[in-house]
Amino acid sequence: MSAAIELSGVGKTFTMHLQGGVRLSVVSGVTFSVQPGECVVLAGPSGTGKSSILKMIFGSYRGERGSILVRDGADWVDVARAEPRAILALRRNAIGYVTQFLRAVPRVAALDVVGEPLVSAGTAKDIARQQAADMLRRLNIPGPLWGLPPATFSGGEQQRVNIARGFLPELPVLLLDEPTASLDAANRAAVIGLIAQKKKRGTAIIAIVHDEEVRDAIADDVVDVTRFATAA
Amino acid sequence: MAVGWRHYGRIRSTATGWLDRVEIDRSRIDDTPRTYSGGMRQRLQIARNLVTQPRLVFMDEPTGGLDVSVQARLLDLLRGLVADLNLAAVIVTHDLAVARLLSHRIMVMKGGEVIESGLTDQVLDDPREAYTQLLVSSILPP
Repeated sequence: MSAAIELSGVGKTFTMHLQGGVRLSVVSGVTFSVQPGECVVLAGPSGTGKSSILKMIFGSYRGERGSILVRDGADWVDVARAEPRAILALRRNAIGYVTQFLRAVPRVAALDVVGEPLVSAGTAKDIARQQAADMLRRLNIPGPLWGLPPATFSGGEQQRVNIARGFLPELPVLLLDEPTASLDAANRAAVIGLIAQKKKRGTAIIAIVHDEEVRDAIADDVVDVTRFATAA
Repeated sequence: MAVGWRHYGRIRSTATGWLDRVEIDRSRIDDTPRTYSGGMRQRLQIARNLVTQPRLVFMDEPTGGLDVSVQARLLDLLRGLVADLNLAAVIVTHDLAVARLLSHRIMVMKGGEVIESGLTDQVLDDPREAYTQLLVSSILPP
C-alpha cells in the first residue's frame, strides 16, 4: 500500500441534543485514497459534507464509522480511533490544514503566526521567521504588515496569512478548505503555484474548491461527495 | 524564592528577569504589590509561581476578571511560557475561547464528574454530550 491517505467506509452522524436528540446523518460509506504527489478535489454542492470529511481526516470531528488511515513515516495512524496525543503528534509530523478562517492569538505578529508550526516542530525562531517572511512575500503581503497582528488585516490578507501558515511546513499531507475563496486573480495564481510545488515534492493533497479555474489547475482526481451524502 | 537561595544579588537579578518576562516595568521592583493593578498582580503571581522552575502548573481562572486587552496579553504570555519552558499546565476556566487558545485537550465537568474529554477542537467543534453542546452553543460570537 503506497497511498498517503486511505478512507474506507467512513460515516458521520451528529446527535443534536438541544433539538430533542435529532440524529443528523451527514455522510456514510466514504471511501477513497490519495497517493503522494496527488491532489484530490472533493466536489459537490454546499452542505453535502465536504468540510466534514476534511475535519474528520484532521481529527476535529470524531470519525464514527470506518477507518481513516494517514501515513506518518513508516506507520499508519487511524485518525478515527487514535488517542488525542497521537492525533496531536500526527498533526505535527504529517498533516497541514488550511481553512478560510484565521484563528490567531491576539497580539502575535503575522511573522510569528506563520512561523509557529515550524517553531513547535523544533525549528529555531529566527530561521522560522526567515522562512515565514519568504512565504508572506510570495503571497504578496506587504512587508510593513509582517510585524503586526493579523487581527487588524483585511479579509483577503488574513486568508493569505492562513495559507502561508499552512503551506510553510513540509508535511506529507495537506488539507485545503476553500483556500482561494476570497482571493484576487494574482493571489489565486500564487496559491496554484504553491500547490503545484507541493505536489512535485510528493505532498498528498485533498482540497475543496468551487472555483473551476483553480480546480482544473490543481486536480488530479475529483471525488463527487454527493454519492456519500445521506442528509436530506 | 523561599527555597533556600541566599545570594541577594542573584535573587534580585532573577526577580528582575522574571519581571521582564511577565512585562512588568523593572522600576516597580521595590514597590509593594498592593500598588499594582489587577492585571499586574496576575502577572506577578505567574512570575512568582514559575521562578522556581516547576514542571507542572495549575491555573484557576487565570484570566478571570481582567479587561480584554490585559487578558489578550496574559494569554499570549502564558502560551509563550508554556511552550518555552516545556511546562505541563492544568487550567480551570469558564471561558471556552481561552480554553481553545491555550489548551491541547479538554475535560468537561458537570456535577463533579468528567462527562466528556478529548482533543480541544474535537470537544468544541463536535461536542457529544448534551451539556457540552449547550456550553458550546452559548458562546457569544465576537
